[in-house]
Amino acid sequence: MRIVRSIGLHGVLLLLAVVTMAPLFWMVSASFMAGGEASTFPPPFVPANPTLQQYVELFTRLNITHYVVNSALLSLSVTGISLMVNSMAGYAFAKYRFAGREKLFKLLIASMVIPAQVTMLPLFLMLNKMGLVNTYFGVIIPGLASIFGIFLIRQFALSIPDSLIEAARMDGAGDFRIYWSVILPLCKPILITLAIFTFMGTWNDFLWPLIIMTDDSMYTLPVALASLSGEHVQDTELMMAGSVMTVLPVMLVFLALQKYYISGIMAGGVKE
Amino acid sequence: MLFLAPALTAIGLFFFVPVLAALLLSFTDFDIYALGNFSVARFVGLRNYLQIAGDPLFWKALKNTLYFLLAGGPLSIAVSLGAALLLNAKMVRWKPVFRFVYFAPVVTTLVAVAVVWRFVYHPRFGLLNYALGLVGINPIDWLGDPNWAMPAMIILAVWKNFGYNMIIFIAGLQNIPESLYEAANIDGAGSWECFRRITLPLLAPTTMFITIITMIGYFQFFAEPYVMTQGGPLNSTLSIVMLMYQQGFRWWSMGYAAAIAFVLFLFILLASVVQTRLQRRRAG
Repeated sequence: MRIVRSIGLHGVLLLLAVVTMAPLFWMVSASFMAGGEASTFPPPFVPANPTLQQYVELFTRLNITHYVVNSALLSLSVTGISLMVNSMAGYAFAKYRFAGREKLFKLLIASMVIPAQVTMLPLFLMLNKMGLVNTYFGVIIPGLASIFGIFLIRQFALSIPDSLIEAARMDGAGDFRIYWSVILPLCKPILITLAIFTFMGTWNDFLWPLIIMTDDSMYTLPVALASLSGEHVQDTELMMAGSVMTVLPVMLVFLALQKYYISGIMAGGVKE
Repeated sequence: MLFLAPALTAIGLFFFVPVLAALLLSFTDFDIYALGNFSVARFVGLRNYLQIAGDPLFWKALKNTLYFLLAGGPLSIAVSLGAALLLNAKMVRWKPVFRFVYFAPVVTTLVAVAVVWRFVYHPRFGLLNYALGLVGINPIDWLGDPNWAMPAMIILAVWKNFGYNMIIFIAGLQNIPESLYEAANIDGAGSWECFRRITLPLLAPTTMFITIITMIGYFQFFAEPYVMTQGGPLNSTLSIVMLMYQQGFRWWSMGYAAAIAFVLFLFILLASVVQTRLQRRRAG
């Protein structure tokens, strides 16, 4: 009886795993196929003669290096800047006493219910006036600070004992010094978590870069891929290679830092 | 205070100011002519909102978005819960492997997997129709048939998202004390009884949280139809955000688009408030 249940249970799990992996497996597999090979019946699961032809085409004719560089630069700078900005604010909300602190924090949390799409039209007009449409700055600006990031860091920083801060102050450390050499090192786990969230969020973001990057040399990978896939409807294998190139970097980041990512979901989710 | 300055400046300038500006914008007839010279835009009161109420395209987009939300949301939560319960069973081996596999779609880029799924849905050469053919189901024109395009969006969304909520559910399940189940076993309760009387009620706060974040996310549904169908066929996958994007950034009717954005916001706000109220009443 136990064995039957166990086999049944593992059978269902395995089936779900196959269904989940099939599209991703097929994406990778088709990206190594020769042009036209994927459009046959029954659909081939593995390339007959694996080839790098599609990737060569991506990097030569379609000049994808451009988009990879744009995406990488933007994701890294948003991550770096917002980590700095959010950690300072999160620390201040956790450890500094000032009038209206709780009210201000509650206001920020409540405003998380406002969808970002509401801000996009005026933001575009603002940046247009400032001449920042079609620039890296334009993409970075809405990502400079995030309420969710401030929230995560505040929750974490609350658990840092005040005595540590007091002790550093007794030793003559200034505010910035305390933040830099006491708080930041202690917050390392949550900073890594937030860094992964921000990096992936910026890399995968679509609507805002689609709006603000009007010139095709400024596209990020997802925007470029969406536009290419409209032009190359028939080039299945080429588009699969493009998808692999878009997904691969975030997958690698996730693989390397899985533990932090998962704990971040829990921190955001379970404490409520 | 200096620590707060950069964040508050950025959030104030690039979030709160645009929100207020969007509200103002939604009461004007801001269009392509105003783009060059703001002073051309005129205050038109509630005209944009009245126009929305009479715009069949808006009702279509609202209906599609609600369809996506009300069918896709519960389905995705159910799959998440199912996967979490299965993975939480004591006899399961290779848990980290399964967990990783189920989670993989979550970290992929939505645009990229939408491109992949467009080919998975191919009526002749697609993987899905091939798999369905194996069990004797006739090919479906997933993205070309107005009746099937929305289910196709929902399947993609469930596939992409269920791993995320699954992780939160697993954490919730692990918080339920083992002793409760042992006590129930002694009293002779079956596994369905245990699930209904222990697991579900104790998981209620987690479920509520998941429902709210899933709902907010599903309301903003955009990239899937943008990549796979451009809102078609026959506007059957046009979403509210897509309508806003088209009106605002394709036709430059920014006043009208801002009003659409605010209506979306009101829907999200209303739904969140209702959810939280329901939860409070159940708890109290």
